[in-house]
Amino acid sequence: MRAAPRARLGLAARYASLVLMLVVMLGPIAWQFLTSIRGRTENVYDGVLPERPTLDNYVLVAESFPLLQYVGNTLIVAVLAVTSNMLFAAMGGYALSRAGWKGRTSVFTVLVATLMFPFESVMISMFLTVREMGLVDTLIGVWLPGAVSVLNIMVMRSAFLAVPREVEESAVLDGAGEWTRFTRLFLPAAKGALAVVCITSFIGAWDDFLWPLLVLTDSDHYTLQLGLKTLAGATTTNDQRIIAAGAMAALLPMMLLFFALQRFFFKGVGEGAVKI
Amino acid sequence: MTPGPARSARARRKALAAMEAETGLVHRKWWIPYLFLAPGLLMVALFSLWPFVNTVVLSLTDAQILRGGTFVGFDNYTRAFADPDFWTAAGNSVLYLVVVVPCLVLLPLALAVLVRAKVPGIGFFRSAFYTPVIASAVVVGLIWQWVLRSDGLVNTVFLRLSIVSEPIPFLTDSAMLLVSAMIVTVWKGLGYYMVFYLAALGNVSPSLHEAAALDGAGPVRRFFSITVPQVKPMMLLVGTLSAISALRVFTEIYILGGESGGPGGGARTLPFLIRQVGLGFSGETGYASALSILLFLLTLVFSLLGRRLSKGDER
Repeated sequence: MRAAPRARLGLAARYASLVLMLVVMLGPIAWQFLTSIRGRTENVYDGVLPERPTLDNYVLVAESFPLLQYVGNTLIVAVLAVTSNMLFAAMGGYALSRAGWKGRTSVFTVLVATLMFPFESVMISMFLTVREMGLVDTLIGVWLPGAVSVLNIMVMRSAFLAVPREVEESAVLDGAGEWTRFTRLFLPAAKGALAVVCITSFIGAWDDFLWPLLVLTDSDHYTLQLGLKTLAGATTTNDQRIIAAGAMAALLPMMLLFFALQRFFFKGVGEGAVKI
Repeated sequence: MTPGPARSARARRKALAAMEAETGLVHRKWWIPYLFLAPGLLMVALFSLWPFVNTVVLSLTDAQILRGGTFVGFDNYTRAFADPDFWTAAGNSVLYLVVVVPCLVLLPLALAVLVRAKVPGIGFFRSAFYTPVIASAVVVGLIWQWVLRSDGLVNTVFLRLSIVSEPIPFLTDSAMLLVSAMIVTVWKGLGYYMVFYLAALGNVSPSLHEAAALDGAGPVRRFFSITVPQVKPMMLLVGTLSAISALRVFTEIYILGGESGGPGGGARTLPFLIRQVGLGFSGETGYASALSILLFLLTLVFSLLGRRLSKGDER
């Protein structure tokens, strides 16, 4: 009985800390959001909540600025990246997860070793390679180097490792060939990991900045993040409401996607991280 | 680790037998796994291994963006060590690491302990704390720009409350810009590493906490004497990962401080300098490659340090 008030005090302290952290983590985002819906005639600094909330700023940013074109370019890269990563990472991860072939350990070691090269230390050479291929200033050039990431191969590998050999053997006895086993048996068994690869490669393509900045020069080819940079450059607009609307337009789809899929997400990030 | 190539014929036979035992009924031609791995290996060869080799080679030449170079030995490296811009950038990168890593090792752990309890609404808090992670670095930069600008949220509030008489130059002074970028990096990383710790905390047995609580240990005491030792391997991993990403910082500074990297480029990090030197019409790919190799070596030092520490921990 004596512990009860103390436990309640502990719970209150926990919620107080949670709310404090909520303000720290969401406060800056909320401030940007509130600015983005502030009425055109209002002073941006008057009060926390806008008096005449409006979506006009979103319309304005889409009109004065090729936002939709940037979104379209980004979607092209993102769809390519998601497709190639899911397919190629699953194939590679499958091969690495299966025992009984020469060179498995060496291939695995080489792949893991490449994780040691930070992108920033090879980006100049990567740019030269992409230029050599004639892909500078193309969306294919933005997508190609990230077409399949080693990290995703490793995520798929750990998922496939969990498939017991007995199941594979019974499929062999049923006469299923390698590709059939891969598509009919292994892929369905790794749906969770595939979802993780799908989400992370989509977000990766949507959020990437430095590589598109190196590759793209013509603003017609800009991805969303590059477009936002020019928006922030203040050469286009000085109106913080419009900049805020642009930033929110880039963030809100990601937030929706994330909240819809968070179940897979937390599981995947934790698992993928620990097993490498 | 699995053993390397078998050293004797007997060992090789043994390895073959082990392989046979491993695979049982499943037989496959030797090249089939390579067929499956082909796209991945091709990408790694083209966009990871080759660029690395090429960077090493280019770093020993005076190549420029529009023409090939000739071999100049280690000239680019001696030039870097005499270049004040290199020392500023390297210093900024290391300073960034030294400040950001302890924050990102400790704060997300505290956050994970906070959101681990199964109390009503905790799922919402977890997702909310993760939101900055899914926001792009550009969006995060824009959000914080509007908080830290001379006419941003913080300065406006401070001015109105007369806490300061003129705006704090968060984004217009090199040192302050670096600090602002660090705050943004930590803010964005909290949720990311929180998830790592949540996974690690899942393995900490609750009975230990209960026993300690019965012995009269308070929550703070229990945190330091039970939780911390148990998540120590994860702390080392988070330390290594956050150190490597601290050395890679680019976008935060680019968005907050602009293309030049702060006044006079005073807040430039190594990746920032590499891009500036290496690209553009007068891009010096040779010199930029040498800077890239130096960045790689710096990263290597910290990842080996992390590995060393965690090895020592296992013993």
